[in-house]
Amino acid sequence: MKPYVRFPRWFGLALIALALLLLPHLLTQVGTAWVRIANFAILFIFLSLGLNIVVGMAGLLDLGYVAFYAVGAYVWALLASPHFGLHMPFWAILPLGALLACIAGAVLGAPTLRLRGDYLAIVTLGFGEIVRIFMNNLSSPFNITNGPKGITRIDGMNVAGMNFSATDTFLGIPFSGPTKYYYVLLLLLLLVIVVNLRLQNSRIGRAWVAIREDELAAKAAGINTRNVKLLAFAMGASFGGIAGGMFAAMQGFVSPESFVLHESIMILAMVVLGGMGNVWGVIAGALLLSFVPELLRYTVEPAQKALFGKMLIEPEVLRMLLFGMALVLMMRFRPAGLWPESRHKREMSEMKEEAA
Amino acid sequence: MNSHQPYALLEALNLDVHYGGIAAVKGISFAVEEGELVCLIGANGAGKTSTLKALARMIPASGEIHYRKERLDQLPSHALISRGLALVPEGRGVFARLTVAENLAMGAYHRNDTAEIAADLNRIYALLPRLKERAEQVAGTLSGGEQQMLAIGRALMGRPTLLLLDEPSMGLAPLMVEKVFEVIRTVAAQGVTILLVEQNARLALQTCTRGYVMESGKITLADTAANLLADPRVRAAYLGE
Repeated sequence: MKPYVRFPRWFGLALIALALLLLPHLLTQVGTAWVRIANFAILFIFLSLGLNIVVGMAGLLDLGYVAFYAVGAYVWALLASPHFGLHMPFWAILPLGALLACIAGAVLGAPTLRLRGDYLAIVTLGFGEIVRIFMNNLSSPFNITNGPKGITRIDGMNVAGMNFSATDTFLGIPFSGPTKYYYVLLLLLLLVIVVNLRLQNSRIGRAWVAIREDELAAKAAGINTRNVKLLAFAMGASFGGIAGGMFAAMQGFVSPESFVLHESIMILAMVVLGGMGNVWGVIAGALLLSFVPELLRYTVEPAQKALFGKMLIEPEVLRMLLFGMALVLMMRFRPAGLWPESRHKREMSEMKEEAA
Repeated sequence: MNSHQPYALLEALNLDVHYGGIAAVKGISFAVEEGELVCLIGANGAGKTSTLKALARMIPASGEIHYRKERLDQLPSHALISRGLALVPEGRGVFARLTVAENLAMGAYHRNDTAEIAADLNRIYALLPRLKERAEQVAGTLSGGEQQMLAIGRALMGRPTLLLLDEPSMGLAPLMVEKVFEVIRTVAAQGVTILLVEQNARLALQTCTRGYVMESGKITLADTAANLLADPRVRAAYLGE
């Protein structure tokens, strides 16, 4: 043992909890926009953890994951906005969105059960687009989704008379709308992480990994591969549904434009970058890919203006360049992700040992 | 063909496998009695692996498969292991990124008798000591022979009555093949019934009590292993004499 001071485990956890609780107030000092950015980062953690179940654990490459985000968002938008004149409470629509996304996951998953690898990716990509195109066109003859114009004036969250779009003051501390959402998201995040960690080490989690490794052998071991795969799609999708519902509430506006293929690919990139199959790795990947572009947005423009007196490269362009470079470097130096699943890591290090 | 016994452990009747329009197995019938060590030999593409996969319900097939008093052809593949029928797939099919211990644990996936599982694990480690040495190693880093041993060990973790072995010698060095067959003999001696599909006809016939010879989807010969070894047709076609 190294001679260092050992803090009890709860002490570290308490520090992290305190930091997370204070974070929005610190970010408010920089600008309220940063609280919103943090909120979106948490939404992307939900999404990438959901996709991680499908891609990381069960090994099913899903390129249409954003469809379930869309389902969750539209469920909230339709049931809590003037569009249909419905204003249902959050505790009804958030679980309903998760449930419908879950069903959509199973329904879209069912026809893909016999497919693997590239074929699965192509079909799921198609499904993702189908959902988006539906949202775009379900405006006539009956106006359900309001088409490309999207749905506006969506109700925000409203808990026990507390309106989440306005600022309230408790004990002299102002709590802005985004700050209040942050706390709700933090609570949901805790729940989502616990569920994922339990899944990772459960019987179901082992069955997913077995299917990822060798489907035939998994069947021979007595795993009902059809049901277990459907369960992966359904569980993954339900996290997307929760994220979608919160997205609609926070934005107050949804349109099909928010659910394009690019979003699916971003979420997949978070999973791969962080480390497929490892909950903490995926969280790290989601945080990184959520915050870095925003940091660029706020630094690249002033830096260029200061250096050259004008903008030479748009932050958007630079972002793609950096992502591309990061991907290449990752494949070269950390092919299993920044924070890989322990078994991946084990395999990599053993290969090194064997080579040595 | 072997005389029709009323209570064969496994009995296939008019088994037929098609891939698209191509017939791989053409209405074959055969039986395996409890406690037997039976092999199915034949050239590449004769339909041996298709037959075994059809028995394990991994591919669609027509015909009847009787196992004990049940019709296997009406059961899904994942329901077989709990009925005592385990498949060791061709090309080993270990879970490459799981450890040896995790692989073996997957073999007992359908069981929940924790104490018995632990006892079985020790029995398998005693039978295959290499696996114990490498318990914490990732299966993908094992040698081919060790992976084959692991695949057999994993199947044994399901406490099978009948073990279906698909080409256990495939791609292994001669010395390793000997070792794998030694394990097969030991397992059989412990009372597990074995149906072995093998290209290495000589070794298979020397190991087994009875054999079937398959040729382009049909069973052409069925006899005791000793008789087959002596049969001039088998000697000419499969033993290279």
